[in-house]
Amino acid sequence: MNQSAIRIRAVMRKEFQEYRRNRFIIYTMGTLPLIFTALPVISLFSISNSTPPSVVRTQVAITLLLLLVIPVVLPATIAAYSVIGERDQGTLEPLLTTPVSREEFLLGKSLAATIPTVGVAYGFFIVLVVAIRLGASSVVAHAVWQPSWFLAELLFAPLLAAWSVWVGTAISARSSDVRVAQQLGTLASLPALVLPLLMSLQVFKPTATVAVVIAVALAVIDIGAWRIVSKMFDRERLITGASAVTMHAKAGT
Amino acid sequence: MVKRQWFTRRRHGFGARPTTWQGWLITAIAVAGAIGALAGVKKTTGEILLVGIVGLYLALSYSLGGAKKLIDATERGVESNDDYALENVIAKVSVPPAIYGSQSPREIAEAIVSHTGKFADATEDAVMSDSVIVVKHLTKQFGPRVAFEDVSFSVRRGEVFGFLGPNGAGKTSTVRTLSTLVTPTSGTAEVAGIALTGKHDIEIRQRIAVMTEVPGLYLRLSVTENLVFFAGLYGYRDAQPRIDRALEAVNLTSRASDLCGSLSKGLRQRVGLARALLNDPEIVFLDEPTAGLDPVASLEVHNLIIALRDKGVTVFLTTHRLDEAEKLCDRVAILNTTLRTVGRIDDLRRRMFQKSILVSTAAPLANPEGLFSSIESVTSWSTDDTGGYVLTVSDARVAAPVITRALVAAGADVLSLAEGHHSLEEVYLELVGAAGKGGEQ
Repeated sequence: MNQSAIRIRAVMRKEFQEYRRNRFIIYTMGTLPLIFTALPVISLFSISNSTPPSVVRTQVAITLLLLLVIPVVLPATIAAYSVIGERDQGTLEPLLTTPVSREEFLLGKSLAATIPTVGVAYGFFIVLVVAIRLGASSVVAHAVWQPSWFLAELLFAPLLAAWSVWVGTAISARSSDVRVAQQLGTLASLPALVLPLLMSLQVFKPTATVAVVIAVALAVIDIGAWRIVSKMFDRERLITGASAVTMHAKAGT
Repeated sequence: MVKRQWFTRRRHGFGARPTTWQGWLITAIAVAGAIGALAGVKKTTGEILLVGIVGLYLALSYSLGGAKKLIDATERGVESNDDYALENVIAKVSVPPAIYGSQSPREIAEAIVSHTGKFADATEDAVMSDSVIVVKHLTKQFGPRVAFEDVSFSVRRGEVFGFLGPNGAGKTSTVRTLSTLVTPTSGTAEVAGIALTGKHDIEIRQRIAVMTEVPGLYLRLSVTENLVFFAGLYGYRDAQPRIDRALEAVNLTSRASDLCGSLSKGLRQRVGLARALLNDPEIVFLDEPTAGLDPVASLEVHNLIIALRDKGVTVFLTTHRLDEAEKLCDRVAILNTTLRTVGRIDDLRRRMFQKSILVSTAAPLANPEGLFSSIESVTSWSTDDTGGYVLTVSDARVAAPVITRALVAAGADVLSLAEGHHSLEEVYLELVGAAGKGGEQ
């Protein structure tokens, strides 16, 4: 393992240790997905075989879309805390005086936020589809057990989570208050749901090809967001509140 | 980013060398032009001879070019009040006996400057050798506000260097600049032998450690977990032996598994110091390490700083506490946006205050004016708050026996006679003054 990997792993491990000892994060991760999915799931189980296919498809699409809200909302709150939280507890400056690069730091933070979120999203999806297979009507099971939905969940969950993490981190790097960062982060990460929403609302026919195309689009957005966030991570700004470039411009140097 | 010069002057010899791509481009064009011009010239015996003479001149200039550098370096040392830099120069040159008699490095250096041309062997390298921090004309502005300006000093390997100044003087900004967190507006610096250009920041951070005023620990994590994390950031795979050593050094082995949130402020400060030891740093920057600590906890931190110095680690200590600086520091710098002075505390006292002898007698003298004015080595006298006498003298060692004899001859009952001692606080207040306070950073 090279030094870069050791640093990234160190950041991830520290984040996981902090999550584990922060009940707010644990409760949020456990309860938020339940709140989002409880009602639609109940409605799915209430559908009978005599329900018109169009209604079934719509209900399934909405439920699965709401499942994708999990990887958007959960990491946004965590990522929004990532930089400003360090600053608030006075750990940012000691951390930035170590040899960790901004890429290593951001990657460690983002992986630590993404991995558990995607795990929770996949977990809920698996439990849901298995429960539907076992307990829901056959029309619902048939509508859900489609390769396109499985592929969409598999691909979209990490990509949406990554987007949400970058947005949250960017806001965290520029905010002066944790609460504002968390609220803005959640709000700003929602637009990424537009692409899966178009698929769920069947603006595009929900096929495996469409899922892959949307995933590629999300990946491109993620890479762009990563580059922007990396640029925004300016040590001097984080410590003093203003970047060297801005200050030199103001000073006329 | 600091705008880099296209060329820098060579440390040895004459001329400049390119340091940026623009510099190299200009050099390449110049060389190509010279080759082209030579190719077009029909060579004669006279031209070959001319080229030979010019070549010989250049070679001689190169080998003798250090003489001018010494004078430059010495003059810069005088300007910057950096005694250590001056001492380095003095150590490298053959100083005439007349100059040895001078009192301070500054006076010796000034004498050297007046003897220009006699010290061709020493070069600028003499000034900088054995320095782990070299700062030249460093300035940092935050927008229109100047944090510090035109600061020059050097820090010797293994010394405890005190950095003093009032709130808002620019101390923390200087530490942040030297620890690569903040980009200087102008000037140059070398930290652990690496230029502070923005290109080698990670390499510098690998060799230094910074302990901020707030220890900056993760309170939900244990002491060991905190140290494991920071060891990971330094890229250490199996860090446990390092962590054990660091905990042992700060006497915290028994608290290794405690959550940092459960520790007292003093213990957290010790964890911060343990973290600073993880990478075996060449330089440790300590920013107000005893701020808010009780005397016992402060003493523990002081002992740790002394232990660091004994291990050969350079300690850059930023502090408000003058007693702390006086106790721990080999040299101090006093900053108040600009650098007011650098040097050993004793030298600063000597430089700034006249020597004095404090005399205490059982009863007031009948005619102190008559007595003291008759002693040649006493330049002036006054009484202090306790009814004693403060005599200003040119040389305390010479004056003390003479004064004692004169007092006894005058029939005075002498209770004590001691050399006057000026504290660092007096030096500090003299240089900074009550009006010198800036805004908070």
